[in-house]
Amino acid sequence: MLPSRLALFTLACVPALLVACMSIDEVGGARASRDRRDKVTIRGSDTMVILAQRWAEVFMQSRDEASVQVSGGGSGTGITGLIDRTTDIATASRKAKDSERARVEAPCDAGTSRRKKLVETIVALDAVAVYVHDDNPIAALTLPQVKAIFRGHTTDWSALGLDLGPLVLYSRENNSGTYAFFKEVVLHDEDFAAEAQTLPGTSAVINAVSKDPGAIGYGGIGFATGARVVPILLPDGRTVSPSRENAANGTYPLTRPLFLYTVDEPAGLAKDYIEFALSEPGQALVEELGYFPLASERTP
Amino acid sequence: MSRRRGIPRWHGVAEFFIVFLAMAAIAAIILIFTFIAREALPLLWEKTETLERAHLVVPQLWHGYEEPVAVWQPVGKVPKYNILPLFVGTLKVTVLAMLISAPIGLASAVYLSHYASRRVREVVKPVIELLAGIPSVVLGFFGLMLIATWVHATFGFKYRLNGFVAAIALSVTIIPIIFTICEDALTAVPRPLIEGAIALGARTHQVALRVAIPAALPGIAAAMVLGFGRAIGETIVVLMASGNAAVVDLLDWSASVRTITATIAAELGEVPRGDEHWRVLFLLGSLLFLMTFLLNTFATFTVARLSARLRGETR
Repeated sequence: MLPSRLALFTLACVPALLVACMSIDEVGGARASRDRRDKVTIRGSDTMVILAQRWAEVFMQSRDEASVQVSGGGSGTGITGLIDRTTDIATASRKAKDSERARVEAPCDAGTSRRKKLVETIVALDAVAVYVHDDNPIAALTLPQVKAIFRGHTTDWSALGLDLGPLVLYSRENNSGTYAFFKEVVLHDEDFAAEAQTLPGTSAVINAVSKDPGAIGYGGIGFATGARVVPILLPDGRTVSPSRENAANGTYPLTRPLFLYTVDEPAGLAKDYIEFALSEPGQALVEELGYFPLASERTP
Repeated sequence: MSRRRGIPRWHGVAEFFIVFLAMAAIAAIILIFTFIAREALPLLWEKTETLERAHLVVPQLWHGYEEPVAVWQPVGKVPKYNILPLFVGTLKVTVLAMLISAPIGLASAVYLSHYASRRVREVVKPVIELLAGIPSVVLGFFGLMLIATWVHATFGFKYRLNGFVAAIALSVTIIPIIFTICEDALTAVPRPLIEGAIALGARTHQVALRVAIPAALPGIAAAMVLGFGRAIGETIVVLMASGNAAVVDLLDWSASVRTITATIAAELGEVPRGDEHWRVLFLLGSLLFLMTFLLNTFATFTVARLSARLRGETR
């Protein structure tokens, strides 16, 4: 019986292997049909998900036939979606990395020689705030102090003159655009302390900070309920909080643009959606949700 | 397949299908491993700008540090992919969860098979087995909200979410596995052995400790290994309850930990396909697969040797 079993096994394996090898290249190939005019999918930044959602709601009110699907997951997720062509618009709270741009622009079908282009549109401004527990009396922090805290060099509130015990750091998962922004601007591309706990989503950070008197975290300003925002003490002695004016005139140092990315110039429904986001009612929604609209010369 | 006399033709067809199904399971395992390894292996020969293979395990003196460190920070200008913190985290949570659940699982199995009355047994056994049916995401949530608060209030650890909280939540998932298999092994001990011991005047605890447990040792060992395998592969409980900070500290159980499984779950959806980060995650997946595979093989081998020895003693 042994030889025949072996033969059977081979029989079972060979077609399965063939199928698997062929289909491996199709993983993630559930390509959104980008020409269907009545549907557009938007994916990416968790910071921007409520904004994109709100735009979609109002946008759909005026366009009965349109369906806009919004989901989060992180800026990296959105751009990965563009690479796989599973999403039409990617939201991102950071600029696309060169490696990501190269992947989006690489021709995906051997037949089409025309190179794709990653198109970037700035749609709003966001300020990243440093959050502490509501009862924390700290007046302001300088950026070097924030850096020392998140690098793990300052480990106790007593170093800042407060009797709150050890510092407990809350950070974001590394797919987050806010993580990348904070690492670049505050930590100057050095690493977060290994002890920093990584949480999925800004609201999770705020939630954790609101429960822990010794906690410190960071996140987009749109989520500022339940925890206290610490103003930043600038080298020239001014104390700035993340307000609209300070973001617009650039004095608040942790201000960043929020992006929408598309593959090639947006067309059809995606184009209308982006135009709506940049329009006056779209920018009014930006403000309503606690982000900052673009400076007036940029809004049409 | 030559037709034997007196055997109907459909027997051959049925046999073909049964063998086919059995082999399909083996083929599935081979294919899964092939797929995972296929994504990870290019790391071994592909030239990349930022990743050196030695950096995966050897601590490096990176810019901004005073001494060589093992860090897992795969996103940033200088990505750092040291997998040691993740192994330490996985090992820590798994071992701690086993330390909690192995005694509980074994003790409840001994109690139910030797001490409990029939009626108690009929109620308690299904209830413990019901624990296995709780979805692990629910346990993770339970760990995140309740166990974390309780541990924080009781022990006053610095971090609310830590390896200890995750291990407690994790042990809820593996206690039923250890219990069920141990209990089966203990009830399967031949009656004559137990009755013989009782006839010689042994008390219940003597029967349990000196006769039943040694005779059921292969089954108990299998239970521990299966529990360990489940704990090492469990994802969502540790992702939710452990805090996910990649700390390298084998002994401090109050520190937050980041396991291999949680890292894969949290990061794989977000990295571009074919990126070095993607490949390192698949490498982690392959290593996890190899670890459980070796563990299971080792266990099968040990169990076989143990049962052979026991048969030699009892005959």
